[in-house]
Amino acid sequence: MALKTSEIREQFPFLKESVNGHPLVYLDNAASSQKPERVIRRMSRFLESEYANVHRGIHLLSERATAAYENARVELASLLNAERPEEIAFTRGTTEAVNLVANTWGRKHIGEGDTILLTEMEHHSNLLPWLNLAREAGAKVEYVPVTENGAALDMDVAKTLLAKHPKLFAFVHVPNTLGLENPVAELCRIAREAGVTTFVDGAQSVGHQPVDVRALGCDFLACSSHKMCGPSGIGALWGRYELLSSMPPWQYGGEMVDRAYYDKPATFREPPARFEAGTPAILEAAGWTEAIRFLRDTGLEDIREHSIALANDAASKLRGIEGLRIFGPVTRQSGIVAFSIEGVHAHDVSFFANERGLALRAGHHCAQPLMRKLGSPSSSRASFYLYNTAREVEALVAIVRDAVAFFR
Amino acid sequence: MMDNELYQEVLLQHSKRPRNFGPLENATHAADGHNALCGDEISVALRIGNGTVEEAKFTGSACAICTASASIMTGEVKGLTCDAVGTLAGKFRQLAKDGNVPDIPMKLQVLGGVHQFPQRVKCAVLPWETLVSALDSPVA
Repeated sequence: MALKTSEIREQFPFLKESVNGHPLVYLDNAASSQKPERVIRRMSRFLESEYANVHRGIHLLSERATAAYENARVELASLLNAERPEEIAFTRGTTEAVNLVANTWGRKHIGEGDTILLTEMEHHSNLLPWLNLAREAGAKVEYVPVTENGAALDMDVAKTLLAKHPKLFAFVHVPNTLGLENPVAELCRIAREAGVTTFVDGAQSVGHQPVDVRALGCDFLACSSHKMCGPSGIGALWGRYELLSSMPPWQYGGEMVDRAYYDKPATFREPPARFEAGTPAILEAAGWTEAIRFLRDTGLEDIREHSIALANDAASKLRGIEGLRIFGPVTRQSGIVAFSIEGVHAHDVSFFANERGLALRAGHHCAQPLMRKLGSPSSSRASFYLYNTAREVEALVAIVRDAVAFFR
Repeated sequence: MMDNELYQEVLLQHSKRPRNFGPLENATHAADGHNALCGDEISVALRIGNGTVEEAKFTGSACAICTASASIMTGEVKGLTCDAVGTLAGKFRQLAKDGNVPDIPMKLQVLGGVHQFPQRVKCAVLPWETLVSALDSPVA
């Protein structure tokens, strides 16, 4: 069933904004998404009548706050089809989740001479923590390459590299530049057969399409609230419980400790508490819960289809512009379209677009090695989500045409 | 239209057909600059003799503002002593941030408009920062 876009748009207050008299067109969803009224209201209601610290106070507000915080865990576990809510550890976002696994599971299991397998299409967040771990441990990093123009992951090389039994295969589900979706279930099956632990970066997939960790068959998956209509400042690591319970803590302090002493080692709580030192993002958890409910009420499969349809529409129209090159496969598999234009720099295109109310990302999209490999250190990116429309695609194409005429 | 406030015709001309663009043979000093925000990459190469910049060229991939700034800059610094280049770079940085500064060549003033667009200041200043670092980077 198609999305009722006009009804959805009424729920997003940011759409009332305008720039130089132009309606605001927001096509920077791969960087962060906008928030619906429901989420905004939920967060202000939480602050008005439910806020206190969690898991501590024996009083009404602390009970309410704890319930809201733990509800977020239940809601996200259900969204991801986790076996139990305790498989969810809250973090500041996907980046912190990667760092968590690198610093705990990684330090325990990655040693000298071991291999960490990544892909060439990783965001800096799923690249740099592993490079740092490899350097510290004396391990090696290998990369599954992308095929011509970033059209796909090279599956033949993936199979060959996985057959060499790396300790870990960390890879992105939906990359933030290429408009493709990696075959996660297949990759995880091959990895599992080779005894390789898998970590999936779900920052661009969770909340944009159905994501079922058990169907994917991965060991870890990370995601962020802010990319899926929730507030920034909270994200999560999902991990199979037996893996989480075998991992040591990485940040120490309140909440994660069981018994603490002056003169002997402390003991630590079971996951997920072990990985949630300090006061967590309580308000944000309440907001994220409402965002998840909103997206599920709207329909994640419909949201995916809608975003991909708009991206395909944009890609086919942009291709008509001379010298414009779109990265990734010919047919879009996600709502992302990144492109470069011969003789026109992406930073100028974005600036020009902003003057007409259109928010477009320019730059390397936090994937410098990939963009370098594709021969385009800087590109423009339009990314579509549930509130975008075919009319906004028209606006994008018209503005890009005007920018080319102006700068070339 | 606001585009024209920033992208004045003279700037557009410099970005479309930059002067002093290309590799410099017999360069004595060189440096690379990089804008992490937008991916601009620029290299500045100099030939310095007797404490004076005899020749300056640049290469790289950068936005219109950065390219135009590099194009104008390489023209302006030719014939200046290294000390004078350092002083001029400081003035240019102030021009880009504040919109005006006393005693600055007319040709550079065309870039004064960037101060209204804080996210573009770095674009204009990057060639100058790279130039200053080239002054201290003899080619091995």
